[in-house]
Amino acid sequence: MIRMLLLLFFVSVAAFTLVSVSPIDPLQANVGQAALGAMSQEQIAKLSEYWGVGIPPVERFFAWAGDFFRGDMGMSLLYRQPVTKVIGVKLVNSLWLMAIAWMLSGIVGFILGILSGIREGSLLDRIIKGYSLVIASTPAFWLALVLLMVFAVWLKVLPIGLSVPIGVEASGVTIADRIQHAILPAITLSITGVANITLHTREKMIEVMESDYVLFAKARGESTYRIVKNHALRNVLLPALTLQFASISEIFGGSVLVEQVFSYPGLGQAAVTAGLGSDVPLLLGITVISAVFVFGGNLIANLLYGVIDPRIRRGGSRA
Amino acid sequence: MKEKKTVLNIRDFSVSFEQYERGFHKTVLPVIRNLDVTVHEGEMVAVVGSSGSGKSLLAHGILGILPYNATMGGEIWYDGELLTPKRQKMLRGNEIVLVPQSIAFLDPLMKIGSQIRKGKKDKASKARLDKIFEGYHLKEEVQGLYPFELSGGMNRRVLVSTALMGNPKLVIADEPTPGLHMDMVRRVMSHFRELADKGAGVLLITHDLEQALEVADRVVVFYAGTTVEDAAASDFQAQETLRHPYSKALWRALPQNGFQFIKGTQPYVKELPDGCPFGPRCEYCTAECQKEIAYREVQGGRVRCVHA
Ligand SMILES: Nc1ncnc2c1ncn2[C@@H]1O[C@H](COP(=O)(O)OP(=O)(O)OP(=O)(O)O)[C@@H](O)[C@H]1O
Ligand SMILES: [Mg+2]
Repeated sequence: MIRMLLLLFFVSVAAFTLVSVSPIDPLQANVGQAALGAMSQEQIAKLSEYWGVGIPPVERFFAWAGDFFRGDMGMSLLYRQPVTKVIGVKLVNSLWLMAIAWMLSGIVGFILGILSGIREGSLLDRIIKGYSLVIASTPAFWLALVLLMVFAVWLKVLPIGLSVPIGVEASGVTIADRIQHAILPAITLSITGVANITLHTREKMIEVMESDYVLFAKARGESTYRIVKNHALRNVLLPALTLQFASISEIFGGSVLVEQVFSYPGLGQAAVTAGLGSDVPLLLGITVISAVFVFGGNLIANLLYGVIDPRIRRGGSRA
Repeated sequence: MKEKKTVLNIRDFSVSFEQYERGFHKTVLPVIRNLDVTVHEGEMVAVVGSSGSGKSLLAHGILGILPYNATMGGEIWYDGELLTPKRQKMLRGNEIVLVPQSIAFLDPLMKIGSQIRKGKKDKASKARLDKIFEGYHLKEEVQGLYPFELSGGMNRRVLVSTALMGNPKLVIADEPTPGLHMDMVRRVMSHFRELADKGAGVLLITHDLEQALEVADRVVVFYAGTTVEDAAASDFQAQETLRHPYSKALWRALPQNGFQFIKGTQPYVKELPDGCPFGPRCEYCTAECQKEIAYREVQGGRVRCVHA
């Protein structure tokens, strides 16, 4: 818990420092050069106050932190709504995406990694490895653009962007609509995620298949199928699970870019908007929430390890 | 005496590794060559050699579990037929069993009991295992534990237990007893002896000549990946009945014979001399020793030395 608080503190300080030293002038960025020129000094002064220009950064940070501990994340300057509310809406949008991508990449990645690692250098291994390497080194936004072109522009089977149909009232949006709009971004995220998980799982699988205990299982006449089922799976599953929960951070990172490309109004996109628009309260809010997720993922990974791995679970009871 | 059936006959066996050094330069390491071993029914043959002489590789070669970058040469005959990779696959774990050298050969995440039973849950295997464990002073609870929860000596006994589950015709025990107490060593050895007396062939791999002499019928001496001598255990009672200078040197290094060690070390594969690998350390070494040396029958044993 202490670690978590420390982490949150440092992450928010870092984010805050970055916005403070950013060369973007919030007034120019949000009001516009031309409009600014047409304003009176008074108006400008008022705006400056609204955007917090001129107040020493340290003071601003502690003001924010103080509110935060009282449970108030402040008002978003851009959306003119409480930060909690903005994040709430965006988070739900993003969670859809990320949950689908996370599960898909975890399951598919694990299976591909196992298949690939059973026999290093086999045809299957070379195909899976080659595919994963190519995908892993492809930028997510580029992949997003390609998918967008193929499915939305050429084939016209899926919508181009946004999380709901344009021009439909919020109450008229169906679950089907939501799913349809989340498919492309989710697939993009999954494809990138799968490659990573596959490569890591494969690596571990090869290590296990070369281990002495697999050699001994072979010497005792166990078939490859039984070796995989009885020995390899359980030995690879442990590190794979940790990786899976730790990969939440990567999915988070990837979603920023992907949401941008698909103009999907999720947390990632909001972060970009907040960053570019100097919406400090919103940016800090998002940063903290993301950190909580990433930290939570790692924490779950560690706890799971303790539950599943007998060496840790039972390790303590050994006299 | 009735001629006993040959269980295992290894002729001119060799193992070499392909290695890539500094990029694409490929080198071949001939780790084992000119290796000959025979094991008869009901016989316990000890393979004695120092560390790195290729004992484990011999064991793995017989079972067909050498690493992928290893190439095998020569012939292995089992039960009168050539031991092909297909037969190896069929026989290992049933007729041919291995007691591996280290406890790293146990799956760290599988409970001892089901690991020894290879996941089988039938009454017969359970009863059998219970009986084996009783003999080795292992409590029944041990079956529900993981290898990390056991002491080194207990894990050793677990490894030995795996070999006793079936009715093997050939047991290959790769240094099965380090870390065990003297009386537990005796017990393990007596079990191997029992298997041999019931008609199996036992190949006991060890670097401990004393232990080998206590239980084995014959001793095969390894030096730098080559068999230099094949002698009856009784031949080791006196230096004179031994044939190879290296065997004699081993004899002199026994505690009861004065602990006299010869100088030098076993050569590394890449620095092997031509001909006899023992040449550089041998007081009888002559020009002849640098040529191919035949494995000859001498006084009921075999030796790879021109001076014997
Ligand atoms: N995968 C490998 N690649 C290259 N060389 C190897 C490989 N495995 C073993 N060797 C070499 O083969 C030689 C024989 O190894 P082996 O394990 O059979 O020795 P050993 O007689 O069993 O020794 P010990 O008593 O220490 O168990 C060693 O010199 C080792 O360096
Ligand atoms: Mg060895």
